[in-house]
Amino acid sequence: MSTIKIRSKRLKDFTLVRTLIAHPMETGKNKNEETGELIPAHFIQTLIFKHNNEVMSECFMGFGISKNPFFSFRLKAAKAGDVVSISWLDNLGNSDIKEHIIR
Amino acid sequence: MRFTRRDFIQKFVVFAGSLALPKLSLANWFADDFSHRSINATLAALFPEQQIQSSRKIFLKLPRIAENGSVVPITITSSIKYIDTVYILSEKNPVPLIAKFSLAPNLDTFIGARFKMQETCNVIVVVKSGEQYYKTQQKVKVTLGGCGG
Repeated sequence: MSTIKIRSKRLKDFTLVRTLIAHPMETGKNKNEETGELIPAHFIQTLIFKHNNEVMSECFMGFGISKNPFFSFRLKAAKAGDVVSISWLDNLGNSDIKEHIIR
Repeated sequence: MRFTRRDFIQKFVVFAGSLALPKLSLANWFADDFSHRSINATLAALFPEQQIQSSRKIFLKLPRIAENGSVVPITITSSIKYIDTVYILSEKNPVPLIAKFSLAPNLDTFIGARFKMQETCNVIVVVKSGEQYYKTQQKVKVTLGGCGG
């Protein structure tokens, strides 16, 4: 099961691409309520948004981004059948990638 | 359709490349930019010796009052041309820099995201267009601090 969900919508002037990533985005300051131990920081550091294999946006983030991060972008020129992809990498070295075809 | 060896190699190379790319950008994650410090220190470190002009051409869609500081939605648009980088900062967060986005020319200047806010303060958005920096800010009242979430 991929952690990434991508939705796209072709509109008159642009194509809206929205993405939702399942990720805890732990700051490292929260305590586990049962044991009282600190939960180690665990957050996405980089996210790469590509359109037809061309990098559209590179996002660098800290733990200031909310849990289960949501992002949206607008592509100026996109046609049906174009492929967009989102990939992320977190501070523990985990990563995921997902491709999506614009309808 | 037959799945030839050529197809396999092509697909494999693309797949392997896609795995390798995020690894490369790990080195690009600027740990220093995302360190714990005050907003002024962060701005000074991010934009050394830069004049940041206030601009009315950056439009923020932010709630005036955020009931839950752990999820504050923001939408940034701008009529400034050729913006290549967007920074989101929250004045009183332990780590003021929230995110930094690069924008390719094929993207509209439009970013939607959700971020955390520790307490009531200004949200500052800085954009870079060529060598010029512009900023705008808006105050968001936070009723429940969100860095715990």
